[in-house]
Amino acid sequence: MEVYEKIFASVAAAILVLFLGALAYGALVLKINLPGHGEVISPGPGENLAVAVLKTPPFNTPGVKQVSPGKYEAAIMAQAWSFMPAEMDIPAGSELTFKVTSVDVTHGFFIPGTTVNMMVIPGHVSLETYRFEKPGTYLLLCHEYCGMLHHTMVGKVVVK
Amino acid sequence: MSTPVVYGANRPFDLPSAQRRIIAWTIYVGFFALAVGVANGLAQALNYAHVDIFKYYPGMRTYYQGLTVHGVFNAVVLTFSFANGFVQLTMARGLNRPCNDFLLRAGFAALVIGAVLAAYAMFAGKASVLYTFYPPLMAHWSFYLGLALIVISTWLTSANLFAMLSAWRREHPGERIPLLAYISVVTYIFWDISSLGIAVEVVLLLLPWSLGWLSGAAPLLSRTLFWLTGHPIVYFWLLPVYISWYAMVPKQVDGALFSDAVVRLVFLMFLCIIPIGFHHQFVDPGVSRGLKFAVAVLTFTVFMPSLLTAFSVMYALEIGGRRRGGKGLLSWIFKLPWGNPSVSAQVLAMLAFMLGGITGLMNASYNMNLTIHNTAFVPGHFHLTVGTAVALSYMGIAYWLVPFLEQKELWGRRLGVFQAWCYFIGVLLLARGLISGGLAGMPRRTAISLVPYQEPAGWRIAGMLVGVGGTLMFIGAALFFLVLFMTVLFGRRKEVRDIPFTETIQPPQSRGWQVTMDRLSYWVAFSFVLIAVVYGPFLVSHLPPRLVAQPFQAF
Ligand code: HEM
Ligand SMILES: [Cu+2]
Ligand SMILES: [Cu+2]
Repeated sequence: MEVYEKIFASVAAAILVLFLGALAYGALVLKINLPGHGEVISPGPGENLAVAVLKTPPFNTPGVKQVSPGKYEAAIMAQAWSFMPAEMDIPAGSELTFKVTSVDVTHGFFIPGTTVNMMVIPGHVSLETYRFEKPGTYLLLCHEYCGMLHHTMVGKVVVK
Repeated sequence: MSTPVVYGANRPFDLPSAQRRIIAWTIYVGFFALAVGVANGLAQALNYAHVDIFKYYPGMRTYYQGLTVHGVFNAVVLTFSFANGFVQLTMARGLNRPCNDFLLRAGFAALVIGAVLAAYAMFAGKASVLYTFYPPLMAHWSFYLGLALIVISTWLTSANLFAMLSAWRREHPGERIPLLAYISVVTYIFWDISSLGIAVEVVLLLLPWSLGWLSGAAPLLSRTLFWLTGHPIVYFWLLPVYISWYAMVPKQVDGALFSDAVVRLVFLMFLCIIPIGFHHQFVDPGVSRGLKFAVAVLTFTVFMPSLLTAFSVMYALEIGGRRRGGKGLLSWIFKLPWGNPSVSAQVLAMLAFMLGGITGLMNASYNMNLTIHNTAFVPGHFHLTVGTAVALSYMGIAYWLVPFLEQKELWGRRLGVFQAWCYFIGVLLLARGLISGGLAGMPRRTAISLVPYQEPAGWRIAGMLVGVGGTLMFIGAALFFLVLFMTVLFGRRKEVRDIPFTETIQPPQSRGWQVTMDRLSYWVAFSFVLIAVVYGPFLVSHLPPRLVAQPFQAF
């Protein structure tokens, strides 16, 4: 019986190692990555977080900007219960980098059907890039509870 | 040559009847919380099916108020009450000595006062912050104080276990700790260490903040402290159930536990690998990718003890099935005593746990988390684990525990068996719905019946499954309460001398490497070192806390 125990444990361990290998492959080779360490927004003494955010580029001019051919960057502010801007338009095939921060509570930033899925935490900038190949309208949801009307906090990405 | 897992197996179990009453009431507090919790669960499940019955619930102003009650009552009050009551009992049986009267009572008092305070805040609508209470959502101070007291009740329970253990050790120098006592006390040592994150968060940051003594909240630091405890808390829910699966279920199916050492090893692995809460923060800003990947690896490591459990418990069941005349590769399964509601509930709970474990591994899979984080997939996963593997096992345990505590015969055995199947089939449908919905992007923690947009394909059918499954679970739970109620109030008197406990085929060795497993301080030290390595740099770089966020109470 001890033999069976050992066989079972080794097979189990081998499977886990295999899975981890697949995850590392996905991260390093396929470049499917989690959001990493982003910038920090610190209000000065006595200053409100919302004021500090509005002074910090790129959130002083929220919206979508082209940074180079086929590459766009969106600066988005999340606040209960809307995204600002709530709609982003880009041409199909382009790469869009989202820079998101919150002026009040923790929000979510989730576009179903893509790998855009982040938490938006007050005082931090969340960063994620995604290439939108297919034209269409993508739903943007706040998927972290943020108060009474949390379920109404939505936006969209329109890819033409 | 098998050895019982308790000390003094042949002597009667001497637990004073006053202590028995307190343990009974501790557990009833938990089941009362479960009753309130599942009532809200029904409304949540129907919400996903676009049926809004919340508006008929008295005192519930929003979906999220109910969801807070559901999370706190089920995942905190139920689980902590059950653990406190059950593990003090298993410790007392393991060492065959009574509890410390004062600590038993103090733990119960802290639990009740804490639960009442938190319940007040939630029902008054002053704490609709969900059971994760991420600041700067700010609840009324009584919510935080209540939670703190509930945690203190677990510490008082630990103190009781330690007092019992050290008294026993003084009388039995050099002897191995009986297995049942060992796994009971390791469960609580593990939890004491794990609970430090939330304790620091609540006592040093949130409580003073809610009283107006701090200028703001530190959202990321608080989240991190929360998940430092919030990950291992799931094992604190689970380990009392493992105690039953390892030490009691084998006896109930006429089987036996194979190896003493493997069980101790499993519990030690949980104790040693605590700091993996960052896997709940895979998509957080402010945490580096390197740390996230390292924690993913550690998380896979703690999957091992659960795989070992699957193996050991299944083998114990097989021994039972074969002793009862089962043959063949799998047909021994049918020979298990399925007519015993305590067994059928717990074996079904184990089956649910396999699915729960697999979906948990998916959650933990680093970049795969991008498709499922905060979608309905997550509650789909944990209703298989805590919602069933744990909760349905509690019900199964209650089927022998309540007769023991009350000295009464169980009322409605057949109904008990039916109840377990109903709940089990219900959760399979509910989880199937939540999981497929989640993969189609359906968010969790969302009043889906009220959303202002056109829902993507796949959400509707997923939501219907959730509604149907949740209703079956609710019926299953309601029948459990009927059985419980009838047993306590109208059950026939019957003397129940002892609790079930199994024997091990390979007994503990009194020399060699196995003895080091009983030197608990070594393992505790190792556990702290690992926590310091994983969390130290992060926490140091967040001190002093950046209190940037202002309170928010629009709920
Ligand atoms: C009749 C039985 C139950 C039903 C129908 C049910 C249903 C649900 C549903 C549909 C959700 C998702 C709500 C949302 O995300 O919007 C949920 C959340 C949850 N459930 Fe249950 N549940 C039941 C029993 C349990 C039990 C027994 C436990 C634990 C012991 C539990 C623990 C939780 C937790 C922790 C959450 C998450 C709350 C949050 O996101 O803040 N549930 N439940
Ligand atoms: Cu939200
Ligand atoms: Cu976890």
